[in-house]
Amino acid sequence: MKGNEALAEAAIQAGCRHFFGYPITPQTELAAYMSKRMPKIGGTYLQAESEIAAINMVLGAASAGVRAMTSSSSPGISLKGEGISYIAGSDLPALIINVQRGGPGLGGIQPSQADYWQATKALGHGDFQILVFAPSTVQEMVDLVSDAFDLADTYRMPAMILADGMLGQMMEPVEIRSNEHKKPIEKPWATTGHQNKRVHNVVNSLYLQPKDLERLVRERFARYEVIKQKEQRAEEYLTEDADLVLVAYGASSRVARSAVNKAREQGFKVGLVRPITLWPFPTDVLQKNAKTAKGFLCVEMSMGQMVDDVRLAVNGAVPVDFYGRTGGMIPSPAEILTKMKEILGGAQ
Amino acid sequence: MAIVFDRPHALTEVPFHYCPGCTHGIVHRLVAEVLDELGVEGRTVGVAPVGCAVMNYDYFSCDMVEAPHGRAPAVATGLKRALPENVIFTYQGDGDLAAIGTAETVHAATRGENITVIFINNAIYGMTGGQMAPTSLPGQVTQTTPYGRDVNTAGYPVRVCELLSTLDGVALAQRVAVDCVKNVVTAKKAIKKAFQNQIDGKGFSIVEVLSTCPTNWGLTPAEAMQWLRDNMMPYYPLGVYKDSVKGARIRGEE
Repeated sequence: MKGNEALAEAAIQAGCRHFFGYPITPQTELAAYMSKRMPKIGGTYLQAESEIAAINMVLGAASAGVRAMTSSSSPGISLKGEGISYIAGSDLPALIINVQRGGPGLGGIQPSQADYWQATKALGHGDFQILVFAPSTVQEMVDLVSDAFDLADTYRMPAMILADGMLGQMMEPVEIRSNEHKKPIEKPWATTGHQNKRVHNVVNSLYLQPKDLERLVRERFARYEVIKQKEQRAEEYLTEDADLVLVAYGASSRVARSAVNKAREQGFKVGLVRPITLWPFPTDVLQKNAKTAKGFLCVEMSMGQMVDDVRLAVNGAVPVDFYGRTGGMIPSPAEILTKMKEILGGAQ
Repeated sequence: MAIVFDRPHALTEVPFHYCPGCTHGIVHRLVAEVLDELGVEGRTVGVAPVGCAVMNYDYFSCDMVEAPHGRAPAVATGLKRALPENVIFTYQGDGDLAAIGTAETVHAATRGENITVIFINNAIYGMTGGQMAPTSLPGQVTQTTPYGRDVNTAGYPVRVCELLSTLDGVALAQRVAVDCVKNVVTAKKAIKKAFQNQIDGKGFSIVEVLSTCPTNWGLTPAEAMQWLRDNMMPYYPLGVYKDSVKGARIRGEE
C-alpha cells in the first residue's frame, strides 16, 4: 500500500470520520483516498478553500468531540500554524499529518526533513508543544496514526505525524488493524449542545487576565512534563558496543541503517538511535548512549535541525557531528559511511 | 404579578461589557430570544469571533467555541459536519467576516453550509480602537484613514449581502438595522428565519445588522444612531437580497 493511502486508512480504522484538507504535493493521495472512502462510511471529506480553513474546520469538529484530522505538506503546514496554536491553546485533540517537502518558500516537491524545528518548536505563536511522531516505514505510519489519536485524546493536545515525500510515496506491505473496538476516551468538555442538562461548555483560548493565562499555560506545561517522562520513544540498533552512534529519524534513518550495516561489515563499531517521538524528544536513550559511545553523528535531510536536540541531550559529554543533505536530496549510505570513517579516523 | 419582560434563557447572567449606545446588546438579545422561541438552546453551539463580541461565549448560555479571527465559518463548518443535528451559528463583525475571513465566509456560502451567520456591520474595527474596516464608508475618518477613506488608495466598501446573494449556496441574505422599534422587529424576524432555515436544512443564511460604534465614531449614542441612518443606510440599503423558498441546499434532490 502507498504510504499516503495507508495513513488515510489507518486514520479511518482509528475511528476518524472527519477529514478536512487542501491539495498539495506530495500528500495528495491521502486526501484523494479520503474522498473515496469517507462518503461510503458516513464520514466527512471536505476540500476546504485553504489550509487555514481546513485546520479551523478541524478545530470545530474537534470541539464537538470527534476524531478530526487534516493533512498537508510543508508550505501548507505553515498556513495551518495559526489554527494549530488555537487548537493547542484550547486543549483540543486533533491529528495533523505533514508529508514534508523541500523548503523554504515554495521550495520543491521532493522529500525533506526541514520542518523539524517547525514541528517541535515553532508551529505557531505562544507557549505550547504538540506530540510529534516520526515513522520510518509504511507499517509504522499506520501504527503511529492510531497511537497519535489515542495520545492526543488522552492529553488533550494536537498530534502530528511528521512524514516526508519518500514515505508518503513509497509502497510497502502493511497490516491495518481496526482499533475502533477500543473504548473511546470520554470528552465531557466537548461542545455538543448542553441539552439543558449541564451548564454550557466553552472551547476557548482567550484569557485576558495575565494570571489566568499564566496558570493555564503552567498547567499545560505540567502535562508536558508527564508526557516527557512517559511517552519518549526511540529504537536502538546495534548501539550496545558502538563507538559512534548515528541519530536519524524517518526516511533518513533508513539510509542511516544501511550505512551502519555497511560499516559493521567493514569492522566499524557503529549503531543507530532512531527517534520515533520527536516531541517528546527521546533524551533518555541518548543520555544512556552518551555514557558508552565516543561520539554521535546526526543524519538529517536538512541543514541540521534535530542535531540541536541531540546536542542538548548529550550536553557536551561527547562530540556530536552532523551530516545532511537538503532541498529534496536524499543522502546515500556511501556518503554517510565516508562521514563515519572521517569521524572514527579522527577519533583514533 | 405577571412577568412581562425577562432575560432570555439563552443569555447568561453575565453583564455585557459593551459601550453605551453599541447595538451588540440588542442583537445578542434578539439571537437569545430566537433560540428561546425555537426551543433549540440545548442543541445549539455558537461560534464567537475576534472583535468586540469575542467574549460573547460568556453571554450566550448555549455551548460556545471561540474561533481565530475570521475563521468562524470554517469552525462552524467543522462543528456542523460533526453535529449535523445541532444548530450552529457564528456571530461576527465586519473586519472578521469581510476582511480577514472573506474566504471562509464566501466558501461556507458557496458550499451552502447549513449554518446561521449573524453579521454585525458597524463600518469600523471596534476592539482595536477604530481602524478602517472593509465596510468603512468612502470619506469616513478612522484611526487609519485620518484624512477620510480615500477610495483611490484604500478601495471601496464591501457590500456583503449583495456579494453573497450571487452565490447558489445561500438560502437567505438579508440586511437589517436595530435603530428603531420597527427595524428591531424586522431584524428579529430575519434572525428567526435564518435559524429556522437551518433547522429546515435550507443552507447558508446570513443576517447583516447595521450597527453603531459611538465610541470609535466619536459620537454620542443618539448621534451615532442618526449617523447610521444618514450615512450607512444609503450605502447599505436594508432589505432581502436573497431568499430561496426551497432552500439553497436540498441534498439528494439535485
